[in-house]
Formats: sequence, C-alpha cells, structure tokens
Amino acid sequence: MKNITLNINGIDTTVPEDYSVMRAAEEMGYNIPRLCFLKGINETSSCRLCVVDVENLKGLTNSCTLAVQEGMVVKTDTDEIQESVVQNLQLLASNHVFSCWTCEREHNCELLDLMKRYNVENIYGESENFTKKERIINDSSFPIVIDSGKCILCGRCITACEVHTGLNILAFNKRGNETYVGPALNHNMEDSGCVYCGKCIQACPVAAIKEKSEIDFVLAALKDKTKKVVVGPAPSVRVALGEEFGSKIGENVEGKMFKSFELVGFDEIVDINFAADLTIMEEGHELLERIKSGKNLPLFTSCSPGWINFVEQYEPTYISNLSTAKSPQQSGGIIAKHYYAKELGYNIEDIVFVSIMPCIAKKEEARRPEMESRGTRDVDYVLTTREYARLLKRKGIDLMKLEDAKPTGFLAEYTGAGVIFGATGGVMEAALRTVSEILGEEPSKIDFTPVRGIIDIKEATYKLAGMDINIAVVNGIANIRTFFERMKKSEKEYHFVEFMGCIGGCINGGGQPIHPAKIQDTVDISALRIQSLYEIDKNMELRKSHTNKNIIKLYETMLKEPGSHLAHELLHTTYKARTFYK
Amino acid sequence: MIERAHVLICSGSNCIARGAKSLHDEFEEHLTRLGIRHEIKLVNTGCVGLCEQGPFVIVYPEGVFYALVKGKDVKTICEEHLYKGRIVEKLVFDEALTENKEVKAFDEIKFYSKQTRIALRNCGLINPDDIEEYIAKDGYRGLGRALIEMTPLEVVEEMIASGLRGRGGGGFSTGLKWKYAYNNESDQKYVICNADEGDPGAFMDRALLEGDPHSILEGLMIAGYAIGADKGYIYVRIEYPTAIEKLKTAISQSRNLGLLGKNIFGSGFNFDIEIRLGAGAFVCGEETALIASIEGGRGMSKNKPPFPAEKGLWGKPTIINNVETLANIPEILFQGAEWFSKIGTEKSKGTKVFSLGGNIKNAGLVEVPMGTTLREVVYEIGGGIPNNKQLKAVQTGGPSGGAIPESLLDLKIEYETLLEVGSMMGSGGMVVIDEDSCMVDICRFYMEFTVDESCGKCTPCREGTKKMLEMLELICSGKGTLEDIDKLEHLAKTVKSSSLCGLGQAAPNPVLSMLEHFRPEFESHVVDKVCPGGVCKPLIKYIITDDCIGCRQCAINCPVGCIDGLVKQLHTIDSTACIKCGVCKEVCPVYAVISV
Repeated sequence: MKNITLNINGIDTTVPEDYSVMRAAEEMGYNIPRLCFLKGINETSSCRLCVVDVENLKGLTNSCTLAVQEGMVVKTDTDEIQESVVQNLQLLASNHVFSCWTCEREHNCELLDLMKRYNVENIYGESENFTKKERIINDSSFPIVIDSGKCILCGRCITACEVHTGLNILAFNKRGNETYVGPALNHNMEDSGCVYCGKCIQACPVAAIKEKSEIDFVLAALKDKTKKVVVGPAPSVRVALGEEFGSKIGENVEGKMFKSFELVGFDEIVDINFAADLTIMEEGHELLERIKSGKNLPLFTSCSPGWINFVEQYEPTYISNLSTAKSPQQSGGIIAKHYYAKELGYNIEDIVFVSIMPCIAKKEEARRPEMESRGTRDVDYVLTTREYARLLKRKGIDLMKLEDAKPTGFLAEYTGAGVIFGATGGVMEAALRTVSEILGEEPSKIDFTPVRGIIDIKEATYKLAGMDINIAVVNGIANIRTFFERMKKSEKEYHFVEFMGCIGGCINGGGQPIHPAKIQDTVDISALRIQSLYEIDKNMELRKSHTNKNIIKLYETMLKEPGSHLAHELLHTTYKARTFYK
Repeated sequence: MIERAHVLICSGSNCIARGAKSLHDEFEEHLTRLGIRHEIKLVNTGCVGLCEQGPFVIVYPEGVFYALVKGKDVKTICEEHLYKGRIVEKLVFDEALTENKEVKAFDEIKFYSKQTRIALRNCGLINPDDIEEYIAKDGYRGLGRALIEMTPLEVVEEMIASGLRGRGGGGFSTGLKWKYAYNNESDQKYVICNADEGDPGAFMDRALLEGDPHSILEGLMIAGYAIGADKGYIYVRIEYPTAIEKLKTAISQSRNLGLLGKNIFGSGFNFDIEIRLGAGAFVCGEETALIASIEGGRGMSKNKPPFPAEKGLWGKPTIINNVETLANIPEILFQGAEWFSKIGTEKSKGTKVFSLGGNIKNAGLVEVPMGTTLREVVYEIGGGIPNNKQLKAVQTGGPSGGAIPESLLDLKIEYETLLEVGSMMGSGGMVVIDEDSCMVDICRFYMEFTVDESCGKCTPCREGTKKMLEMLELICSGKGTLEDIDKLEHLAKTVKSSSLCGLGQAAPNPVLSMLEHFRPEFESHVVDKVCPGGVCKPLIKYIITDDCIGCRQCAINCPVGCIDGLVKQLHTIDSTACIKCGVCKEVCPVYAVISV
C-alpha cells in the first residue's frame, strides 16, 4: 500500500494511505476525543468531538473518517478546537443524568472520561434556564434496559445491531432534540424481534443501554441463611473477569475467580464447564441418533440463546433441527438442584442457583417457562461477567489481589472440551472429540483445528462411522443469516452445524467487560480471550467430555445413559415459533 | 382557429389561495353567455410573481394587467373589455396606470421592467399543462442543441463557461459539479432535481415547478446527457401537490412525444425521470439527506467527502441540482454560454429569483440580474415599505442567512458580497423587516424553525440550536444578562464550525449576523429591559395616549376587559390584567394605543 506523508501539529508523519487522520494522530500519541466513532461499526461522525483544523478547509473537520492526503496540514489542538470540544461536551452533558456513583459504567464511561479530561462544567444541565429532555426508560424486555437519560445519541448501538445482526432492532425515533433510541416507533423491546445478543451494550460509550441488574437479588440470597447458593461460572467468564480489575485482556483468572466465590460466600460450585461436558454427552448422543435415523438433519447446536431466539423468531421452520439438549447454563442448574443437592443432603427448595454468564440472552433463557423442572426453576439468577465484577467491587474484593484457589466440590471438575465451549467452534470440537471416539474412529483426534478461529463461516467434512459428515460452524447473527440464505440455495447436505449468536462465540458476549472504543478498534479482544481458553484446554489432563469422571458417575448413579428417559425429562427442552412486532 | 384575445389567469398557488380557482369557470360562463367564447382563449398560467396583488388576469393583445380580481369582477371584464373593448380601469393594477390614466402593458410595469426573467421566462405566460406552449417558447431547443450538436464534454464545458452557480444556496459552480461527475466512471449515474424547498417564506421553486415544469425536465435531461446518466429523479415535497400534478402531466407529455425515453432525438441518448416525494423535512434539501430519503432511509445527512458526484444515490456518481439552477440550463444551452455570462457580475453570473416578503408592498417573486442592489429590489421593484415605515433590515437566505442592515442596502447582490456581511444567497428568501420588528424575536423565530428541522444526528445542531433558542427566549423575556449574549455568540460560533452538514453550519447565521449588526438591540433587552421594536411581550406595556377620542373600540375588543373609560373620555389600560395581545393597538382608529 502506498504511504502518505502529512503534517500533524507541525510534525511530518508517514502512514499508509488507508489511514484516517484520527488514526494517524493517535499513532503519534495524540488522544483524539470521540464518542461516536467505532471502527467498521459506527462511522457516522455525529458526535463532532474528534474535530481537527485542516489547512484550506472551512470550519473544523471531523478526523475519524477523514482520509489522509499527501501534504495535508492538520492541527489537533488549537484554541478553537478546545473550545469546540468543551462546548459540544457541555451540550451532550445537558441531557445526561449524572448519577455516576450508581451507574454501571462508573469506571469506564467514555463521556465521563472526556468531561474530566476537558474539565467540563455542566452549565446547561445545572441551570434552570434550560430544559431537559424527558427521560424515557424502556425496560419492557427482561434482559435489556434503554435509558434515554444517559443516552448521548451517538448511534453506536444502532449501527452495532445493524452490522452484527442485520436485524435493525434499534433506530432513532422522532427527530432533532427529541430523538430517542429504541425499537422503531418506540415500540417495546420485548416483542421487537431482538435476540438479546447485547452487541448494542458492548458498543455504548455510556450506560444508556444495559442489562437488567440481578445483583441485589443475588446479594439477598447470599445473606439468607436458609439458602444454599450455588454458583455456576461460564467458560468465558474466567478469561474476561480480570479485565474489570485491570488485568491484561483475556488473562485467565480462574483461580482468583474460585477464590472470590469463597469470599463472597457462595456455598457450592457447579462449573458450567462441567455442565458443558454434560451437554456434549446429550447432544453427541442426539447427533448419533439422528445420523442413524437420518431424521431432522442437520443437527443444530442449541447452547447459544441468542441463536435460539433467532431461530424461533426468524427461521421457525428449522426448529426441529435444533438439538433439544438444554444449554450448559440450564443443565448446570438442573444438576445443582436435582442431583448435587441430594448428594450433599440439601433440600432442593433451599438451593439458589446463580449463573455467571458472558451473555445477555442467558438472562432471558433462564426465565423461559419451559426452563422449569418438577416445580422449580432451573436457574434462579443470571449475572453477567460485568455484574459479577460489580458485585465483587461492592463487596470490597479486589480480584487481582486474590490468591489462586482450587474450586470446592466435585462438580467443579471439567474437561478441556467443556472449557472451549466459550469459543466459536468449541462446541463442535468438543462434540467431535467425543463422538469420534464413541464411534471408535482410530486414532481418535483431539484437535479439530479447521473449526477454530474467528472466521464467519467454517466448513469441514469428517469421516464418522464410515460416512462423510459435513459440518459447519457459524458465528454472529449476521453471518448466520448469510449461512441460511446460502444453505437454502445450496444442494449441500449438512449433518451438524454449530451456531453462536456472537462473533467469536461466548467470549465476545454482550455480558463481557466493555472496553473503550479506541481499544475495541485496535485490539482483537475476542482473539485474546479465545487464546486463553485454548490454553486452558491444552493444559488439561482430560480433554474429552465423556472421560470426565463425574460425568460418568452422574450417569451411573442417576441418568443411566445419554438420552435416557430421565435425561430427557430434565436435560432436554422444547422450542416454539414466536412472533414479534413488525 | 385563431382567437382574437388571450386571457391569462394566474393559477399559481398564491392566487389559487386567494380565490383564483373559480375565475376560469366564471369566464367560461360569461363568455358563453355573451356568445364570444370561441373568440377568446383562456389560459391558466403559473405564478405571475406579484403575489401581493393577486389573483391576476392578463388580457392580450393589449397586455392589460388586472389585479386583485374577484369572481364578480369577471363579469365586468367580459362585458366591458372583451365584449365592448373598453378596458376596466378600476380593476387595472395601479402601477400599470400612467399619471394620465393610460394603461401600461404588463411588462412595462416597474415591478417587471426592472427584472430580467430567465428562470421565470415562461412563468405566468404559458399554460404549464401544455407542452406545445413550452415548445412554442423555444422549449426543448436547448436539449436539441446539446444532443445533436454537442458531445457531453462540450455541454459540461459550456456550463463551466456560462459561470452558472448553484441556486440552492451553496453557490458551487454547476459546470464543475458536472465535470466531477462526468469524470467519475461508473456503469450507472444519476441526476436529481432538488425540489425540496423548505425555507419559510420561499416559494421560487414551487412557482417554477407549477408554472414551467418542462424547463425543469429539460434542464435535468441536459444534465443527464452531460454526465452520462440515464435516470433522473425529482425529489419534491408532498406539500406541493399542484407542483407534483404539473410535473406528472409534463413527464407524461414528454414521454408521449418521445422527449423522454429511448433514443431521444435519434441521438442514442436514453433518459427517464421519476418523481420521489419527500415528507417535508427541511434537512432533506441537504444533498446527502436527500439521497438517504430517496433510498428509503431516514432523512439524515452524511459526512462529506465522499461527495455525491463521486458516491451518491445507491453509491453511484450523482449530481443534485436545484430547481432554479435547472430552469436556467435550457436557456443557456439555447442562447449560449457567452450570452449568459454577460448577465450579472464577474463572479456571479446570470440572475437570481427571490421571494420578496415581509414588510413590503409588492410581495412576490422577482428575478433580477446579479449585481442589482438590495435597494433597487426593495424600493423600485418591491415598491418600498407600507405605511411609510422605516426599513430596518433585509434578511436573505432564510433561517440559514443573515440580516443586512439599512446602512448596507446599496450592496450588490452577489454570492460573495452577501457572505461578507454575514448573510448568504441561500435559495432566495428575502424578507424585508421594518422598524416595528424586534431583531431578537426574529432570531428566535428562525432558531425555532431550525430546532424543529434539525435531524438530530450531530451534537452541535441537535443540542446547540435548542440551547441557542432557549438563550434567545431568555433574552426576549428580559431575564437575560449581558453574559448570556456573549454565551450565545460563543455557542453560535461552535455550532457553525463543528456541525456536520449545511443545516447546522448555517443555523447560527441569523444570530451571528444580527449580533454583528444589531447588538445594541440585544443589549437593550437585557440591560434596559426594553424591546425597541415593541414586540417582546414581557418587555412591553401598552398605554393610551392623549390622542384617544374615547370611541371605546379598544375596550370592546379587549379579550380580558382590562380597558376602562367612558365614551369621549381618555381610556386607560390596567397593565396588571393586560395580556399584551395588541388587539387594542390594532383596532384604535387614531393610533392612540402605543407599546412602550
């Protein structure tokens, strides 16, 4: 690529020709303020904070999308620019509800950071002479809340939804200073067709769109002496939780996480990694059955609730292809209540199962009416990774200072197959490890590398039981839509397809720690987290779900065999076509 | 057969609103009754321009200009003028009568004689529903010349040579815009006519669309030929139903004659036009928002570059020209760039159409050569200010422009000169403001408009205009301080320099220009708590002077009954109860009620 030399603040700099002025300046060490720009997602240049002074151009120009040009002379820090940034921040602040101390984003609010940096006073918001826009809180859906009182109308959530899902759930409503973000015509979130992937939340620079918090319920349960609170952390939580406490992105803090469970006062642990191993037993069995019978193929995985929401609302004719196996979260709750409680001598009614998830849709999954067994909810509360971090902070626990600990209880033991569930391709790989061995393929493989990596759609063919088994791995709702279009037109017969609602898989879920736009632009956060998961897997002694001793014990003592009558009653679910407001 | 007289009935929207719709039927009825219907041709024309005096009836061959014609007057015109051949003097527009009561022809009236009508050349003279009339006035000859005698590049060069600049507001060279699009190679290009006229009080484009739709089609076709586009869109607001109707008729007539479609004039050039309706958002007049709207998206502006000429409609090279710009083009191609470039000034060629309004006698549409002074427009064409009031300022460019004070009235109308004094050409709104107006209040009015019309995308325009409006309201209410005026100016500058699109960048212009030229008036509001124009209610008080004749008119009309006084005695206003509606001032026959 050609290089371009331009002059920024009196210094010549040479950058590739596809650079924006913002990127060129940032690589020189200048921090250009911005609230709307998110590379590849939101390039609308609407916040007007990244303005620079370009010689021979009238007024100030936004630098985020401004292409570098040979000989361009740019200034990023004139009095006029300072003045403009301060005034525009004052304007943004005027409708913002500053109750930062109660805010979910108190530590990583991009607006607050800039307000501090530019020493901005909220002159309009604090003056009686100026009106404030009416605050509208759309909390009609269980997992997601949109709060116009925080919203600065940067539009990142809208474009994130458009780019990541193609479903365009969010839009600007009304016009001018009465603009609100929400489903079209300010309709309820609940029947908006949203799949709750939470990409909007990840993109938001403030806390205008967020998960509905369950922290207080969990704290209350922990205080209740009559309750036994069982915690189930998802695979991806352990490689992201540390980020909320200043760790490197993707750092594995599993040991510290287990220590924190002790300190917080959880009574028992059922690691969702263990539950993932269980899911593989059931789903693998289902795959074998379907291949044998030739019915309802291809088999679609069912662990990602965002994906399930998508199928039920947008592709309901494929419901029969879904694996009926409950997701690891739900299985975790079931095992805690219907097996572990008995083993430990607890009353099932006293068990409170709290999962910690990288996901927004998991909150909604746990609340589905069918997710109830023998009169008790499978999962009582779902915390996102972020919520758990907030809970820890509220408890005064500094995660990174904790010693590594081993988890207590035998249901915290898992195999490498369980941990890679958090990455795109992980469920597929875990299933292949078990299925290929059960079918007696020799030598049975461990590493199925073609299914790994953040690639939109991955396809491969494996020989199982003398048959060519066509598999595919698809991540991200937008890619899933593409895959469906392609699959409907194609003659190719698939046998097994893994779908995950988020690009990269659960490690990039909507409930994971949020990083500022500049970090999101320059660091491949998902890749770092995935790397840590595969690192854990590589170092595990046992890497196949069916070799998990406690899984074997579980089947011996209770479930008998995968797909048994009891397994079906407890560990399988049903789906139904759902409509939404169109 | 050839008729002995032509009766032109102005059917522009303004005249229709004043009752012109029934005139045609009245003429039919009376001419038939008199048995001379076959001798007279009735023509419904577009806007004649002098809207203040409408509805108009112009009778040829004499060119007699009847103004303020009502239904009942038609009978008189038919019986006297058309039947007996006697001009009905009492109905003739007063400026069309000489001192000796002789009737001047329509184009000898001062209102018209000072004008040079290029864009408006056919408006009010032809029936817009009849393509034959347009062709008879040399219509489609410009297109013919382009298609048959010239290459696309030659057409582009001709446009550059003519010096025509965009009439929609920006004033960018039309030829250069075309050249840019011409040079961008693509399998598909588009031309768009921007007929989303939205400035309050501006109706140039509407008059052109209603009065001479074929000139717009022809202009668009020439543009298409020049840049290599075979598809044109006319983006017109749905609030212009008559214009839409006329355009539809014009398009279908052109198609029937083979002027639109495949292989036009046997030249191999194909072109078709589609009308797209806008919902009336002001911001959709901005190029990128207009494109978004045509594409079916929300009318919101996008960042430039890329400019539409590079990546426009559906991502293809697109040029967008304003209605008035397009109306000039056929004539430029027909008469040549050299002819056109001789009109106007060095940097601003040709003419400009203005909608003259506000406190002016002859409100209406005027087209003057660039370089004409504001004074000429206001006093010679416009006939000056009614009621012998003093002129305070002239606002050009509507909510995006600025106010030009009386002291600068000899300013020549050009793109650059207007910018230099803090205003702009804009699309052609020209509001005359007299001494009884409050500049702060006018600022507030324009800002209210901008706040309503901001699309809400970028911070400075969405939030900044609202804050400016609230500051202006504060000043108007007398609660402001000198500091507020500084803050207002400060904010206005930031909104101007940092807004995303033209709407936001121009929104502070009224504030900035009025602060430059009328700062003392702002200061009176906050320091002396006085509104010099007597407009801002919280700052004024109505009192009755000794001129009162005790007629009780004010007391009878006062909606809150706060005026006391016996017949033939001095009345008084109880200012604690007064709601400052101003009715008393309006009804007083002796101007004894004043605001202080």
